[in-house]
Amino acid sequence: MEVNSWVLWQFDVLILLMVVVCAVVALQLKDLVSSAITFGAYSFFMCILWTEMLAVDVAFTEAAVGAGVSTILFLGTALHVKRRAKD
Amino acid sequence: MANFLEAVLGQYNNWAFIILLMIGIYAMIAKNNLLKKVIGMAIFQSAIILFYVSVSLKKGATIPIIAHGHGHDHGAVAHAIDAASYANPLPHVLMLTAIVVGVATLGVALAIVQKVNRVYGTIEEDEILEKIKE
Repeated sequence: MEVNSWVLWQFDVLILLMVVVCAVVALQLKDLVSSAITFGAYSFFMCILWTEMLAVDVAFTEAAVGAGVSTILFLGTALHVKRRAKD
Repeated sequence: MANFLEAVLGQYNNWAFIILLMIGIYAMIAKNNLLKKVIGMAIFQSAIILFYVSVSLKKGATIPIIAHGHGHDHGAVAHAIDAASYANPLPHVLMLTAIVVGVATLGVALAIVQKVNRVYGTIEEDEILEKIKE
């Protein structure tokens, strides 16, 4: 049942569930700014997932670049355009 | 039956990879807002990265950093290295490049979204199509 031996597989499944939930919520929210922030949370959960999948170098790159830079890029764009999305 | 269930549920990394891939491609095709399409593209990218990092996992392995790798015996590592006890670092390095390239494409995509917004005054796809027809 286990993919990785030094963490519980329950923790693995919990993080994967949170990743999927954050992806769905980021796409369903009508407000683009909260959508961008939820996408930042998605990147942060991905970063935790890389850490417990033994890819520490990928994890800190994702934390700096994914959760940091791309959230700021999304926020900058969301504040420039009309904030309400139709879908 | 129990064996089958364990074989299906045991590969939960691959199931999460498939679900994220489908979420991303659905958003890129079906969403009306251009920013939502870009978010779908980013989710698609990180799903691919999840697949590659899953490949590098081994049972009973640790992070691919050799303890006491910088010994005092002039560069030669004194003890033998068991490769099976470290996760495979090659997919990690490949995906490091993919993350950086992904941010570059994200920046270009968001710049195009802002340019579209400046020209048409909206980033909703149907409104843009109507304004192109006029």
